[in-house]
Amino acid sequence: MTSPASAAAIRPGRRRPGSVRAFFRRHGASYLFVLPFVVLFLVFYVAPVLVSMGLSFTYFNVLQPPRWVGLANYVSLFLADDVFVIAIANTLKFALFTGPLGFVLSFLFAWLITSTGRARIPYTLVYYAPSIAGGMTSVWLLIFSGDRYGILNYLLMSSGILDEPFLWTGDPSTVMPVIIFVALWSSMGTGFLAQMAGLQSIPGEMYEAGKVDGIPTRWHELWYITIPMMKPYLLVAAVLQVVASFNVFGIALDIAGFPSTLYAGHTIVTHLWDYAFLRFEMGYSSGIAMVLFVATFGLNRLLRRLLTR
Amino acid sequence: MAKRRLYIGTHIALVLIGAVMVLPLLYMVVNAFKPYDEFFLWPPRFWVRRPTLEHFANLVMSTDASVVPVSRYVFNSVFVTALTVSLILVVQSMAAFPLAKHRFPGRRIIYVLNMAAFMFATEVVQIPRFLVVNALGMVDTYWALIIPLLAQPFMVFLLVQYMGEVPEALLEAARMDGANHWYVYSRVVMPLIRPALATVLIFTFIAIWRDGFSPIIYVRTEALKTLPVVMSTIFGGGVGRAGPAAAASFLMTAPTVVIFVLLQRHVLSTMAYSGIKE
Repeated sequence: MTSPASAAAIRPGRRRPGSVRAFFRRHGASYLFVLPFVVLFLVFYVAPVLVSMGLSFTYFNVLQPPRWVGLANYVSLFLADDVFVIAIANTLKFALFTGPLGFVLSFLFAWLITSTGRARIPYTLVYYAPSIAGGMTSVWLLIFSGDRYGILNYLLMSSGILDEPFLWTGDPSTVMPVIIFVALWSSMGTGFLAQMAGLQSIPGEMYEAGKVDGIPTRWHELWYITIPMMKPYLLVAAVLQVVASFNVFGIALDIAGFPSTLYAGHTIVTHLWDYAFLRFEMGYSSGIAMVLFVATFGLNRLLRRLLTR
Repeated sequence: MAKRRLYIGTHIALVLIGAVMVLPLLYMVVNAFKPYDEFFLWPPRFWVRRPTLEHFANLVMSTDASVVPVSRYVFNSVFVTALTVSLILVVQSMAAFPLAKHRFPGRRIIYVLNMAAFMFATEVVQIPRFLVVNALGMVDTYWALIIPLLAQPFMVFLLVQYMGEVPEALLEAARMDGANHWYVYSRVVMPLIRPALATVLIFTFIAIWRDGFSPIIYVRTEALKTLPVVMSTIFGGGVGRAGPAAAASFLMTAPTVVIFVLLQRHVLSTMAYSGIKE
């Protein structure tokens, strides 16, 4: 009696029906469990991304069917679009500050808060709350309002620093700093929590061992014990930060308005939104989306390489 | 002695900066309850002397330019958020179960795709997603606000990591007693991953409650729109509607903070145990 394996060897073109059934008996349940998620994911996440890729090579204004234009969108994006250049500069300025600075700040606060022991629970709440508060734009606009009723203007004028009200959200040189400040304020989010968790996961023995080995100061402790132990958490926080920074849109729009003075608050996604929803040029905006995606993806790769040494 | 001073110094710094974090929030909360004569006080005063609910009443009863009262928007937000969050918990935990506990061909691909999808900004995906939703005939229904959001990336990672911590022995024992996969999933694993479920609940609740983008794109009928959409209309009302605007901001913010306060200890424990090490 030949075994199934040798039977297949004898007649190589014939699939053993038993193996298919065995396959499904082993993995069938798994596939059923992931099925709803995978189907939804393919339909609503993968398909749109692929469509976006395709659309970036067309001219599509939603009213008429898409028309193939090859690389024309990309060419005009990189060579003829002045506002896009401004948008890139703005986004880079924003990402440069909120990215590394936000990352360092959230680590700093996570570290400080963890070191307070029991008190860390109310502190965590206080520092995390801004990142989940939804309707805060109105308050920030009140604070940074350009007339003398704005809170900041009022404080500065009554203490004599300013003579007349300053247009914080209208002056091109201060719009981005204001946006960066508000973004940093609300940036102690998931990344911050991840770092808190990471800090709490470091076993106390490591610090004791360090003391035994004669580690001089807290800074040494930080550099040689804490940070290496937290690498995976730092990576998660960094990835989240980068993605969020490059995709900034809502906060910039609310504070700077549209169009912002001299496009000072115009980010890449603002540009995308403009072309997609105001001008109905889906092909062009898909091109912008692709560029953004590639940039974010590349940056994440880089981060991974840097932080998983 | 120096250690004590460092300790106090840390606290002072944390409290000062914590004030910067919290004061704008407090200000917004306080404003929502100020009657108009205190609202526009000059020089501005922080606390409220005679709190009132008139702005909230105004919100409920006003009809704006459209025929829809704000309470309808609140209902929509609550309904959509509650349903979507519940479905996400089910769908994503179901998917996380074999991903965490069973090596089946294809799980690598799912991971990679998930991670890649996460890097695509939401605004970016909305355009073609609208085309898909339109093709499926879901535009202008509640479904359009619910279904597309169910396969969110990133959350499933948390669930998989946490589920990975559940001892295999427990599952083995249940299987030997004759439990089928669904039983193992629903009666053994799910109760054990409560903290992770709470975490996913918080994050998805916050994201969906605050989402003002999806309703604008997918829904035309005013009666189906959610709270964040109506915020911009209220703000557009200028000074005359500053009171209701403050009340609306409060309504937007309060639920997220409350939910977080209730479930926050789960969040930290989840992140700690999930061993985000890959």
